[in-house]
Amino acid sequence: MSQLTVPERVAGLIGLRNRQQTRWVLRALGVREILTGLGILARREAAGPLWARVAGDAMDLGLLGGSFGAKGTRKGRLLASTAAVAGVTLADAYAAAGSSRNVSVQKLVGPIHVVRSITINREPEVVYQFWRTLENLPKFMAHLESVRDEGDVSVWRAKAPAGTSVEWRAEITLDIPNQKLAWRSLDGAVVPNRGVVCFQAPPNGRGTEVLVELKYEPPGGALGAAIAKLFGEEPGQQIAGDLRRLKQVLETGTVTYSDASIHSGMHAARPPAPDERVTLLGASEV
Amino acid sequence: MKANCWMGKKRVEVQNVPDPKILSARDAIVRITSTAICGSDLHLYNGFVPTMEKGDILGHEFMGEVVEVGKDVSNLAVGDRVVVPFPIACGNCGACQAGATSLCENSNPNAWMAEKMWGHSPCGIFGYSHLLGGYAGGQAEYARVPFADVGPLKVPSHLTDEQVLFLSDILPTGYMGAEMCNIEPGAVVAVWGAGPVGLFAMASAKLLGAERVIAIDRYEKRLQRAVVGAGATHAINYEEHDVYDTLQGLTGGRGPDACIDAVGLEAHSDGAMYALDRGKQALMLESDRPIALRQAIRCCRNGGTVSVIGVYGGFIDKFPMGAVVNRSLTIKSGQCHVHRYMRPLLERIESGELDPSFVITHSLPLSAAAEGYDMFLNNRDGCEKVVLKAA
Repeated sequence: MSQLTVPERVAGLIGLRNRQQTRWVLRALGVREILTGLGILARREAAGPLWARVAGDAMDLGLLGGSFGAKGTRKGRLLASTAAVAGVTLADAYAAAGSSRNVSVQKLVGPIHVVRSITINREPEVVYQFWRTLENLPKFMAHLESVRDEGDVSVWRAKAPAGTSVEWRAEITLDIPNQKLAWRSLDGAVVPNRGVVCFQAPPNGRGTEVLVELKYEPPGGALGAAIAKLFGEEPGQQIAGDLRRLKQVLETGTVTYSDASIHSGMHAARPPAPDERVTLLGASEV
Repeated sequence: MKANCWMGKKRVEVQNVPDPKILSARDAIVRITSTAICGSDLHLYNGFVPTMEKGDILGHEFMGEVVEVGKDVSNLAVGDRVVVPFPIACGNCGACQAGATSLCENSNPNAWMAEKMWGHSPCGIFGYSHLLGGYAGGQAEYARVPFADVGPLKVPSHLTDEQVLFLSDILPTGYMGAEMCNIEPGAVVAVWGAGPVGLFAMASAKLLGAERVIAIDRYEKRLQRAVVGAGATHAINYEEHDVYDTLQGLTGGRGPDACIDAVGLEAHSDGAMYALDRGKQALMLESDRPIALRQAIRCCRNGGTVSVIGVYGGFIDKFPMGAVVNRSLTIKSGQCHVHRYMRPLLERIESGELDPSFVITHSLPLSAAAEGYDMFLNNRDGCEKVVLKAA
């Protein structure tokens, strides 16, 4: 902000000569800072504007570096300013890198893409077969109510807001036994989605590494927003939870329940009262 | 049933709560006879562990009688007398099969919370925050024990509750602390903290062949118990003597071969560093005060081992990494893989080699849990270990 309003003071402070040209460059830089700042504040997902800040910092470093040769500059102050900007650049780059890792939430804008993996202490054949038996999916996928395999197509039913449910049809697009399975929803799905899951033995040869990649496109409108929310504020976390339950089911025979986890939302770690509703996901026999 | 519940910082309350029920075929319900307050419960009590909810049932050291078993629990029968290990472990995952039960990959349904805090999740623990599972604890009349076909250890009737109760946590924890030191004959082992875990670490170090075992604490009664009960050969009151200089004197200037931190995140000291760490903790600049750990690292001999069994929850400041690297120190740590140690330690108790009951100073009814916490925290009446009788 001070670059915009009192560029001459800023110039003196960082060790530059107070010239007309310097003042205009500083004003322009001030506008750039404010724009990227607004960008960061306006968006929940700040990685883009944060990287713009890093680019801006690099520009500042370049300009400062170029000023070292110029007449009438104060080298001590310039050096200090350069060091300070270098520090800010590092901080911005760190923040941008951190933010980029969380970019999975692209709510209502473009498809959501999630990749997650887990290691399961069972042979790939067992894990593949369990997954390929599509009726098993609701035993560990929290948002699914049922999957019915009808041969060429399967019918998926998921929980939707306000106690309702949505249904769609899907087809298997790739099936390499014990290695890879891919599927996609057919036309007419409320939330078009596709996924692929790979099963492979880890380097030590014990168990199975399961890698899942999912893409889905929440529709617009209130219904779309509500359905997107169903997949979790953080879709990656939802899928990670599903994979963890898959591991629990295949390794221990059942989903793991704690006294708090059987309730939706936070609940004290104590047994439920007789009239309290609990959800034992996947409690059916495996 | 009656259960001791966490109701906020420095507030626990025995309340009437619903009885537990079997939720999985591998569960059992245990009617608790004896349960204890652990030093690590004080970290919950003092509010240093995040993700506690008002009403959580506390307690992870308990034993009792099996009153109901799920249909897949074939190794236990109604009426069996069992001690329950504090880590909940499935027995099927890679970690359990490697014997590292406190790293069970399936027992923490809230693994995502632990992953946010620590990168990966350890096992679930009874009565120890939602980050570690959200399980009801054992300071109660009954508890649901998941994976009951793996955890509970049957104990013979001729041994008292007081002799076997600590197989649930503090005895194996102290033993693992000593085992991690790779003690060789003639070794000198210094133990920071003469609380119950520290005392068991000292006794275990002796069992494993240490020649000199040095206890460090500030309470005279605890130091006496270290010498008389745990077999420590030397005791240092850090409020009266400089720990580094004294250890130098006791080791010909080498420093102890192994140093065990049985203190953890709420360490005390009389120096300026204490005030600094206290201040930083209050300002959330660090979550844990590693005063004992820093001193253990500084005192340890070149090439020695620092074994950390005191509980740390988050982040520490001014960690002397330079000493670790330049003096080839080994740091080992972990929550105890209790299942691995229960049976061999039970054998040592049966043979008379060990009698863990010497740490008990107070036995109270479950209904007096709040008094027990306050007494233990403030070291009132020479309090070393409180056992709560639930039946």
